[in-house]
Amino acid sequence: MSMNRREFLQVLAVAAAGGMTLHSDFARAAQGAEKLYDLPPFGNVSLLHMTDCHAQLLPIYFREPNVNLGVGSMLGKAPHLVGELLLKHFGIAPGSIEAHAFSYLDFSAAARTYGKVGGFAHLATLVKRMKASRPGALLLDGGDTWQGSGTALWTNAQDMVDACKLLGVDVMTLHWESTYGAERVKEVEENDFAGHIDIVAQNVKTTDFEDPVFKPYVIRNINGVPVAIVGQAFPYTPIANPRWQTPDWSFGIRDDEMQQAVDAARAEGAQVVVVLSHNGMDVDLKMASRVTGIDAIFGGHTHDGMPAPTVVQNPGGKTLVTNAGSNGKFLGVMDFDVRDGKVVDFRYKLVPVFANLLPADAEMSAFIDKVRAPFLEKLAEPLALSEGLLYRRGNFNGSWDQLIVDALIAEMDAEIAFSPGFRWGTTILPGDTITMEHLLDQTAITYPWTTLTEMSGEMIKTVLEDVADNLFNPDPYYQQGGDMVRVGGLQYSFDPNAAMGKRVDNMTLKGRRIEPGKTYKVAGWAPVSEEARDSGPAVWDVVAGYLRSQKVVRQITPNMPQLVGMEGNPGMV
Amino acid sequence: MDNQRRDALKAGGGLGVFGLLAAAGLIKPEMAFAAWNKDAFDAKTMDAALAAIGAGKPADSADVQITAPDIAENGAVVPVGVVSNIANTEYVAIMIEKNPAMLAASFTIPAGTLADVQTRVKMGQTSDVFAVVKAGGKFYVAKKEVKVTLGGCGG
Repeated sequence: MSMNRREFLQVLAVAAAGGMTLHSDFARAAQGAEKLYDLPPFGNVSLLHMTDCHAQLLPIYFREPNVNLGVGSMLGKAPHLVGELLLKHFGIAPGSIEAHAFSYLDFSAAARTYGKVGGFAHLATLVKRMKASRPGALLLDGGDTWQGSGTALWTNAQDMVDACKLLGVDVMTLHWESTYGAERVKEVEENDFAGHIDIVAQNVKTTDFEDPVFKPYVIRNINGVPVAIVGQAFPYTPIANPRWQTPDWSFGIRDDEMQQAVDAARAEGAQVVVVLSHNGMDVDLKMASRVTGIDAIFGGHTHDGMPAPTVVQNPGGKTLVTNAGSNGKFLGVMDFDVRDGKVVDFRYKLVPVFANLLPADAEMSAFIDKVRAPFLEKLAEPLALSEGLLYRRGNFNGSWDQLIVDALIAEMDAEIAFSPGFRWGTTILPGDTITMEHLLDQTAITYPWTTLTEMSGEMIKTVLEDVADNLFNPDPYYQQGGDMVRVGGLQYSFDPNAAMGKRVDNMTLKGRRIEPGKTYKVAGWAPVSEEARDSGPAVWDVVAGYLRSQKVVRQITPNMPQLVGMEGNPGMV
Repeated sequence: MDNQRRDALKAGGGLGVFGLLAAAGLIKPEMAFAAWNKDAFDAKTMDAALAAIGAGKPADSADVQITAPDIAENGAVVPVGVVSNIANTEYVAIMIEKNPAMLAASFTIPAGTLADVQTRVKMGQTSDVFAVVKAGGKFYVAKKEVKVTLGGCGG
């Protein structure tokens, strides 16, 4: 089904009428929805971009970070801007519906007003609308699509594989997909996706002879213009995630080979070359400054909802770098005007997907209902009432991870707990009930085992320093794109600008200094080493047990390190 | 996909790369030991390792390129390659500063051969990796940092 403009406005009007009982701001938002979703077409080549939906088939809440620090050359530049500084940088009016979409400001109240975001049925309506006004437009998926929900885990990602085919994804690249194992990825590529969706990744090679594992790029004809889409999978998959899941695949950034792929695509006749990337935005910005001949990099991984592209100069010209947020909250719409074999102009908008403003697509809704039906009872189990806001995203502990590390310490009788610096995970508003589905939104991975380790004080510091460098190394190519490991029990001071091994100091436990030679009981989860397989019960079982016994979760103040040298950093409020 | 190399090696059965090349008469077993330099491989400091190969204080050169990952996927087998674009390159050594023994590999480049070598090295921790090249009797060096991390915690 495709929708023309008039039909779309009619359904919007119905949605607006249905929203009359809501806050008056919402009624205003509904009136403004035509502006939000009625993008005038431009040029002759359009590409739609979604990324990092983390298997969220239904609308959710997702709070953007209030801490997203940039250091070195990244200081104060997109994406390292939060709150009002971000709005000012991109010219977004405070208090507007866009301000709510792109920032954490006044999150709980604004989320109640404007409602949930994302959801594949609502995204499908927006995609159909954009494709109707932009003939020939392709839908690109930047990956992290198969992981992040209970149903994705339990169906071995089949729910997302089928949902993406129904949504009309044309080309995708990978990150968390690989945590289902190399065989599963190839099985989907060769069967489910055959003739529907191309997986592209120029930087995945076999570990033995560096033979390509996937197509480096595909060339599609859009309105007579050959357009190359080059794939760049997450370069550090076998480091950030278990290597045993893809033992024969090597990744890496591979600038030189990216240049070769771009040159080969141009030589094959491509007039537009774009990269579908899971590098993370800082890595994309550096890559755009070094590799020539790329018109745009459509980025993900770091979950930065950037309202406008960053324009990067390189020896061959200019490259646009975008990043399209996460959790199905946004759809990037890029329109190129291609003349005489090259891009001469563009328009870009990162469109927020407000579920109350975009009616659900019937076909997608029916599919989602069907795929969820066997699991509804399990997903809906109420675990506890949350009195405060629970969110994850931010460079240091969010309240959701604080709850997880508190639970690990209590349930596993540990002194200290670590939780990985994942950037996915949905948000719970104050007064809402935490269900099993919400808990799985934070924890559903294929290596969910908990660990309890006797760790020396010296080792604890080593772990913190190691992760810190993955986040704050001044050279983005040495970063991995997650956030800082979440820490429970332990207090510390933290200087992001210090050299590797010197950022963490003043570690204390209950007011006492951590001693390098003393051992401590440390709980954690998501171990990457093969030896740690089945090390302990799944993290969701441990945390669910804690929540059931608590019944009510009080307002949580996340444990923040004492930051050094970050005064006035525009990446923090 | 070009699977010729894989098929060729499969056809070689259990001989492995070295055995296959030896069987094909491409290298003689004693050649592997011809350039063995005990002092160099036993050296515990960069200065000692450089001295043992006679390099002294090599000059930095942009004509020596190291190919290695920014972050190692597996510290036990880190792929490192060196290309020297300096004319008459006769020798290439790979040194890992933070390894217990610095010199990881050395290659003698026959005259008229493209100086393009690749190997896998073991690294216990984050370190600078040095490529030391001898050409026309002089030594040159280039370096690249390779990070070895504990892993995990990726977004």
